[in-house]
Amino acid sequence: MKYRSALLAAALLLAGCSGVEPWVKPYERDRLADPIMSFDRNPVSQSYIDHVHEAREGARGASGSAGGGCGCN
Amino acid sequence: MKALLLVLASPAALAGVLPEERADTLYHYYDGGGVEIQGPSLLVRKSVGEKVSLSGSYYVDTISSASIDVITTGASPNGYDEERTQWGVGADYLRGDTTMSMGLSSSEENDYQADTLNFGISQDVFGGLTTISMGYGSGSDTVGKSKDPEFSEDVKRHAYRLGVAQVLTRNLIANVAYEAIADEGYLNNPYRQVRYVDPDDPGNWLTQGEVYPETRASNAAAIRGKYYLPYRAAVSGEYRFYTDDWGINASTFEIGYVQPFRSKWLFDFRYRFYTQTAADFYSDLFPYANAQNYMARDKELSAYTSQGPHVGVTYTFLDQQGDRPLKSTINVFVDHYRFNYDNFSDLRGDPLVGDEPLYSFDANVIQLFVSLWF
Repeated sequence: MKYRSALLAAALLLAGCSGVEPWVKPYERDRLADPIMSFDRNPVSQSYIDHVHEAREGARGASGSAGGGCGCN
Repeated sequence: MKALLLVLASPAALAGVLPEERADTLYHYYDGGGVEIQGPSLLVRKSVGEKVSLSGSYYVDTISSASIDVITTGASPNGYDEERTQWGVGADYLRGDTTMSMGLSSSEENDYQADTLNFGISQDVFGGLTTISMGYGSGSDTVGKSKDPEFSEDVKRHAYRLGVAQVLTRNLIANVAYEAIADEGYLNNPYRQVRYVDPDDPGNWLTQGEVYPETRASNAAAIRGKYYLPYRAAVSGEYRFYTDDWGINASTFEIGYVQPFRSKWLFDFRYRFYTQTAADFYSDLFPYANAQNYMARDKELSAYTSQGPHVGVTYTFLDQQGDRPLKSTINVFVDHYRFNYDNFSDLRGDPLVGDEPLYSFDANVIQLFVSLWF
C-alpha cells in the first residue's frame, strides 16, 4: 500500500513536471548569477577547508566540494 | 590516519555551462592542539574548445605534530614531522544540458598512499531551474607504518552521491546533497593506543593498540540555501545530518553573510557549529585489557562539539574588460575553531585515574590566496 502511494505520488509529480514552465525566466536570473550567490565561489579554498573538517571530525560526505588524503592525527 | 574520498565538485546553481577558466594559488596554515600544518595549494582550470574543461591541482601539507594523543599515548612522545603531497587531474565534458566529469587524485605520505577515481554526471532540467547530479567515487589506500617496512594494509572505498540544485525564486537558490560511503579494510590508525585500568594498580592505566571493525558504512545528507537580499548582499544557511554503522551521529549547522563593499571589496562572515556522538566501541578508559572486540580512543570518534567563526576579505586588484577579460583577486580567510570533548581526557601530567580533566583546544586556520580568471 505504502509503495503504491509512493508510485502514485511519483507519477503525479512526473506528469506535473512535464509541462512545467520555468517560473524564473532566464532574464530574471541576474541576481542568481552574481558571484556572491555561488555555493562554491572559491573551489581551492572550499576543498581545503572541507579537508580540515574531515580530518578532525567523525562525519564525512555531502560536503559538496573536493577533498583529498589525510595528513591528520 | 584515515584517508578521505574525493567528492565531486558541487553542482553549479546554473549549469549547462563549463566551469570558469581560472588559476588559484593558495597558502594554508593550521595551528591548533599541538599541530601545525602548512603548505601551498594550486588549482588551474582551462577550457579546450566549448565543450571540454580540464583541471589540475597540487597540494602539500607540511605537518609538525605533537597532538595530545601523539604525546600522551602514541609512539612519538616528542611529536613528529611529515609531509603529504596530493595531485589531481580532472575533465568535464558538456553536451547540451548534460555535464559529464571524471577526476583522478593521488595522495602520498611516508606511511599512507591514497588513490581516488571519480565519475559524475549532471543534467539541467526545467529550463535550467533544476540541476540533478549523480556521482561515484572509488578509492584505494595503502596503510604503512614508519619504522616497520613490512607493515602494509589495504583499504577500499566506494562513494555514491546524489544532488539537486534548485532555483526557487529570482532571489533564492537551494541545494540538496546525499552521499553514502562504504569502506572496507584496515581502518585503524596503526600507531594509536587505547588505555585500560592497570589490574595491579587501579589508580594507574596501561595501553594497548586500537582495534577497529574492518568495514564502515555512512550516510550524509545536507540542505543548503542562499538568499539575495534587497540590497547587494546574500545570506546563507546549511544543515547536514550524518550517521554511520559505528554509532556516530553528527549534525553540522552553518549560517553565512556575504557583503560586497564598493566595487572591489567582498566581505564574508560565517559561523559553523558541529556536534557528534561517540562510536559504539569508543572509550576513554577500558576496564581491562582486551575488554571488547573493537576498541578505540581516537578523539575524532568521541562525543564532542566544534564551533567557530569564519571571516574572509577579497580585494579585486585587476578587472580588465574587453576582448580578453582578465580579473584577479587577493583573498585572506581566517577561521577559528573551539573543540570541546565530552569523554576524551587530557592525560598530560599523568593524572591518576578519575582525576583527568576533559580535553579541549582552539585552532586557527589562515588561507591567503590569489585567483586569476582569464
